[in-house]
Amino acid sequence: MRMVIAAALLTLCSCASDSSVTTIRFMAMGREAEVIGDLIAEFEHENPDVRVDVQQIPWIAAHEKLLTAFAADALPDLCQLGNTWIPEFAALHSLEPLQPYVDASSTIDANDYFPGIWATNVIDDKLYGIPWYVDTRLLFYRRDLLAQAGYDHPPQNWAEWEQQMAAIKRVRGDRHYAVMMPVNEFEQLLSFALQQSEPLLRDGGTRGNFESTGFRRALAFYARTFAEGWAPPMSQTQISNVWDEFFNGLFVFYVSGPWNIREFRKRAPQGLEASWATAPLPGPEALGAGIAGGTSLVLFRSSQHKAQTWKLVEFLSRPQIQERFHAAIGDPPPRRSTWNLPGLAQDPYAGAFRDQLERVKPTPKVLEWERIVQEMRLTSERVVRGGEAQDAAVRELDARVDGILEKRRWMRERDEHIARSP
Amino acid sequence: MKKSLAGWAFAGPALIVLGLFFGVPVLEAFCLSFSDFDLYALADWRNLRFTGLHNYLDLLQTPLFWKSLGNTFYFVVVGVPLSIAISLGAALLLNSAAARVKGFFRTAMFAPVVTTVVAVAVIWKYLFHTSYGLVNWALAHFGIGAVDWFGNPHWAMPTIILFAVWKNFGYNMVILLAGLQSIPQDLYEAARIDGASRWRQFLHITLPLLGPVLMVVGVITVSGYFQLFAEPYVMTQGEPLQSTVSVLYFMFDEGFKWWNLGRASAVAFLLFAIILAVTALLLRFGRKRDLL
Repeated sequence: MRMVIAAALLTLCSCASDSSVTTIRFMAMGREAEVIGDLIAEFEHENPDVRVDVQQIPWIAAHEKLLTAFAADALPDLCQLGNTWIPEFAALHSLEPLQPYVDASSTIDANDYFPGIWATNVIDDKLYGIPWYVDTRLLFYRRDLLAQAGYDHPPQNWAEWEQQMAAIKRVRGDRHYAVMMPVNEFEQLLSFALQQSEPLLRDGGTRGNFESTGFRRALAFYARTFAEGWAPPMSQTQISNVWDEFFNGLFVFYVSGPWNIREFRKRAPQGLEASWATAPLPGPEALGAGIAGGTSLVLFRSSQHKAQTWKLVEFLSRPQIQERFHAAIGDPPPRRSTWNLPGLAQDPYAGAFRDQLERVKPTPKVLEWERIVQEMRLTSERVVRGGEAQDAAVRELDARVDGILEKRRWMRERDEHIARSP
Repeated sequence: MKKSLAGWAFAGPALIVLGLFFGVPVLEAFCLSFSDFDLYALADWRNLRFTGLHNYLDLLQTPLFWKSLGNTFYFVVVGVPLSIAISLGAALLLNSAAARVKGFFRTAMFAPVVTTVVAVAVIWKYLFHTSYGLVNWALAHFGIGAVDWFGNPHWAMPTIILFAVWKNFGYNMVILLAGLQSIPQDLYEAARIDGASRWRQFLHITLPLLGPVLMVVGVITVSGYFQLFAEPYVMTQGEPLQSTVSVLYFMFDEGFKWWNLGRASAVAFLLFAIILAVTALLLRFGRKRDLL
């Protein structure tokens, strides 16, 4: 028996020491892992000494899987990371700082990336990820129905949007709505909140800032659309098929993300193909900010093959490759030069996304953010559906968020104390 | 060699394994439940704090904890009696003199117990699919409109209960069948001579003599059903509207989604206390009725 184990160990060793071909492990999620095959094959063709082992993990299990891998010291070389998770993995000291790699790179130029997206990868002045694709929310709207209400262009600011929604409601009547913002989604209110000048957290991300005038203004605008009857207080599950309803005219504006371009194209009924369009989000005064979502490519500090892995990051960041990736999956690319390629420059629906991407803003970079944003959504649902007073709601929200951030506050005070003591 | 020493020598290996892989982790988890072990502590041990009973007190003020407790009680209160009733019914059928090919039916009804949850869940998801599921197709023949079994907050838990009962009733059935077979036949003969109906025989012979076995089955099922996790995890992920979040699911989320291992450990010990209390009550009830 012992002989067998020894022999097995020997073979294992001989595999590991075979240095002519390096295998790098790449964890990709959901559909991304499925469509990336062709690109990986091309990369391997260009780099015969590197083999890429793509591991597909479903999105719903990704977070647990990665944290467990961290605890077990089994992280891959490369991973696509939702950019709100970067602060978390940076706090664990598991990410490789990438600035030196970028400085030496001829393919990756920070100035070519949309600044808001790039900023999501920078934690405490250190760069930890290279944006791979982006995600944001903006307006999908029915041009014909908006024209029926007397407007030939989408709204430029909140005041104009409110006028348009009121006009639509007058024209379309009680059983129809002006805008659809599912109450089980946080992205709409978060977009409005990011359009304000005040940050969402204060004191270095250790306290909630939801009682600020900025957030109150965003919440008031959001709540008003429901109070006036412009938006139905429904969650996504209550509308059986949001695309059908959009083309039935249940609502005129729909605040949603890039994947819906493909869906609306596919599902538009005959005669309505040209009836819809996309537009950047209106802000309080002019066109406003949006969420800087998306995923980034990160290298793990534990990787033994950083140089080869970085080659793959550079390969996947080439504009031509990004264009092909976009064609396969529909996620908007993060580089301006990719947008200038004909495939994207000529897409009438994608244009609004490019415009919006110039104005996206990162959310606070604390690892508790996902919990905080869930609290924010629950608060907005209580205001919209439960009729809670907005004053009390933001006070309570701040109290809850302060509770979530208690540990951060304690750590910060301790570190300051240590820094002060001689 | 002393007798006791030989005993220890035989039990030793098992005790060491149990102690190492069960005792120590339980003790560790108990200690963790009084700390705020989280991601920050995972990154750096100096970020770990002893927080006393804070996790426990905080949980009692967490709405989702109460909601998950409510969901779990719903599952136990409906699922356990239903499961035992179906097991008993199946055992009676198998035990009846009129039954043919008993071996086949016994195996068929036990089969769900030994299949994996995930594989079976995939099939059930197809069966209960809103638009092309067999169940809705059958209901449509009776003029009942499509039910969104896993998407409607009112139907999700009943569907999970149905799934769990179907999956597990075979286990109890086998135990009850053994219990039924140990009831002496002459009692039934005497009852028949006295002119007792089948129902009276069941009520006055089968049930009382099956009492102790039912008690055991009840305790096992209750403690098992309180630990509901795999079914909602593979079928609904706690949705819709958190209507299928069980206590263990809540613990899993706290522990492995948010990585608050301190809080998650506290949930585990609270659940342990609840199961202990409920089974103790059951046993007391059993002793009072002389079932044990």
